[in-house]
Amino acid sequence: MALVLSEEQRFLQDTAREFFQQQSPVSALRQLRDTRDAKGYDGDVWQQIVELGWNGMIFPEELGGLDFGFMGLGAVLEQAGHTLNSSPLLDSVVLAGSVVLLAGNDQQRRELIPALIEGRLRIALALDEDSHHNPATTALRASPRDNNYELNGQKRYVANGGNAEHLIVVARTSGEPGDQAGLSLFLVSANDIQKQASTRIDSRNCANLTFDQVTVSENALLGSAGGAFPVLDQALDRARICVSAEMLGSAQELLDRTVAYLKERNQFGVPIGSFQALQHRAAIMFAELELARSTVMAALEALDSKEATTEEVATLASLAKAKVGEVCQLISNEAIQLHGGIGVTDELEIGFFLKRLRVAEQSFGNTGFHRSRFATLNGY
Amino acid sequence: MDKHQEFRQQVRQWLRDNCPVSMRTPAAEDEQIWGGRHIEFQSREQQQWFERMRDKGWFAPDWPIEYGGGGLDRKQAAILNQEMTRLQCRPPQLNLGIWMLGPVLLEFGSEAQKQEHLPRMARGEIRWCQGFSEPNAGSDLAGLQMKAESDGDDYIVNGAKIWTSYANKSDWIYALVRTDPKAAKHDGISLLLIDMTSPGIEAKPIELISGESHFCEVFFENVRVPKANLVGEVNGGWSVAKRLMQHERAAIANFGGESESPYVLHQLAKEYIGEHQGRIADPVIRDQVVSIDINEKAFALTLRRTMEEAKQGAGNGAATSIFKYCSTEQQKQKGELLLKILGNRALGWEGDDYSDQELAITRDWLQSKTLSIGGGTSEIQLNIIAKRVLGLPA
Repeated sequence: MALVLSEEQRFLQDTAREFFQQQSPVSALRQLRDTRDAKGYDGDVWQQIVELGWNGMIFPEELGGLDFGFMGLGAVLEQAGHTLNSSPLLDSVVLAGSVVLLAGNDQQRRELIPALIEGRLRIALALDEDSHHNPATTALRASPRDNNYELNGQKRYVANGGNAEHLIVVARTSGEPGDQAGLSLFLVSANDIQKQASTRIDSRNCANLTFDQVTVSENALLGSAGGAFPVLDQALDRARICVSAEMLGSAQELLDRTVAYLKERNQFGVPIGSFQALQHRAAIMFAELELARSTVMAALEALDSKEATTEEVATLASLAKAKVGEVCQLISNEAIQLHGGIGVTDELEIGFFLKRLRVAEQSFGNTGFHRSRFATLNGY
Repeated sequence: MDKHQEFRQQVRQWLRDNCPVSMRTPAAEDEQIWGGRHIEFQSREQQQWFERMRDKGWFAPDWPIEYGGGGLDRKQAAILNQEMTRLQCRPPQLNLGIWMLGPVLLEFGSEAQKQEHLPRMARGEIRWCQGFSEPNAGSDLAGLQMKAESDGDDYIVNGAKIWTSYANKSDWIYALVRTDPKAAKHDGISLLLIDMTSPGIEAKPIELISGESHFCEVFFENVRVPKANLVGEVNGGWSVAKRLMQHERAAIANFGGESESPYVLHQLAKEYIGEHQGRIADPVIRDQVVSIDINEKAFALTLRRTMEEAKQGAGNGAATSIFKYCSTEQQKQKGELLLKILGNRALGWEGDDYSDQELAITRDWLQSKTLSIGGGTSEIQLNIIAKRVLGLPA
């Protein structure tokens, strides 16, 4: 184990770089946005991702996966971040798939995970209800009715919530909002739910869901009633680390584009990159990004390690998400400022990165959430 | 078992058998031991540990055996380093010769220089200091003016150096001097090895805001130095100096990691500010502790990552350029936060009102201001990143 890609992983990274550059440049995202594509991603590109096998990387072979590990998946997602590729890979396959893998029973795993890997099924995790991510504050209620549960409440900002065939709903079967105990996971068909699209700045699919006396069978439970929090948090940590890898790619792309612009843009008869005031800002961006990169690599390594405890992974997940979030704020803002006037135009692609990075920063807990969680995990 | 695994096992066993238990904790500032003619060990264990490492050749593990080194290859030396870190072994001695001048002599020195100096360095017998900065040549180091004029087989050296650490306690100095005043400023510089007992040298400590005075001013008046002590080409000193500075930056970053500050921020914060339900009571201070902890962790991981990249021949080593900048800026920020956490308890200068730890925190905070200035200021580090790594135009 090391904080460096193996030869095999580097080969995968090269494949992913080429694939996303050719099949899914930022201009493709612009087109999805301008045509108001309801899905929020390109179905053909998604089909190719399925065929490349990237959906199976983190799943065991007996469920149709490749067991290739998170380090490799992180390399792919980082490249996706370079071109802002949008697909169900992170939300549906990695996150919802991990919930099924970690919380579900044998039958649920065998039914759902191969379908996710083969691209036959999309599952959205319906978790957040409020302006900020915080699983313990879940209020949506699941009340027992005979051999069923009745769900009442709201879910908001559900990524891929508008197009997934299934939902995993985080619901409260006991306790009060704020309690970690009392949470349960239900697998629900998306057909039964009232959906309202929520248009966000990153042009990806996102929906608000209303549960009004929705009845589900107790067989729909994933894992034990009331005891979902630890396993949910474990699945979320995988998504937190993976979205950090994606953000890292976007930030690297922004830095590369900004440094290139500093070299080509002339003012006062010289390239603006010769001004020390701007050189130092670029150098600080570079230094911060290198620090952030190490936290992501360490977190991915821990996910693949057999020795790392759940708590160690959690600490590294919060470390990575917090550091990457902070560095992405810095780099996206500096990228715009250093591009000057053209930086705030819709014509330039820099703004697409800014918008995606802010959504990614809020996903699965923003910088403030993870700073506080990091402190708690370290005993203060 | 491959041969490196076998070597690792041997090293691990040898260190367990030979490193005294009292040498397996981070050394406080006053427990660090510098080499030299006048070395004074503070304990028997400290002496044993040094002598065992010296006799094993592991004080300069990757130097050739003929010059007193251990003859280890790069990979073996890295293994030794890892195993020492693992067991928390202290460095057997602090020594500028080993870290900086030695590797440069191996690369640029004459055979006679190697034979004269390297074995004595490897035995820790000489304390070296570095004469680079001058009163009028700080960040613009190549503007240095200390003259070395030819006189038969000798040079006559006149001028002054400043910010020379421990010049008053050192046996030898390696100094940059101007050997051709007419050449362009980078082209008239040479590196000279000078015995500090030579007539005409005076070293005066400079008292700093922290009360410390290990930085010195050194005056040279008609000091006679044999021409055989010039390292590399005459007037070719700038490229030697650049290599020395690479070693210096690495040592400062490494050293920062090694003498990692003994203060655990969150414990002190709970002690001085209080806690509420397990958390530091002041949420602003808590968040600031997180900032420092996150950056320290990210930095330590970056050191590890670049080492592993180098070992595997992956990456381009660009991240090493951030070491000095990041570690020194982080240490300064940590000093400021300690001051906030201790409040009035961090403002004592001396006396029984304050605990030893409180006084040490105050002095360390003041001393931390030197870190981002010495060895190339933070601004110079950013210039280097901008130009050499990002390729921004001059």
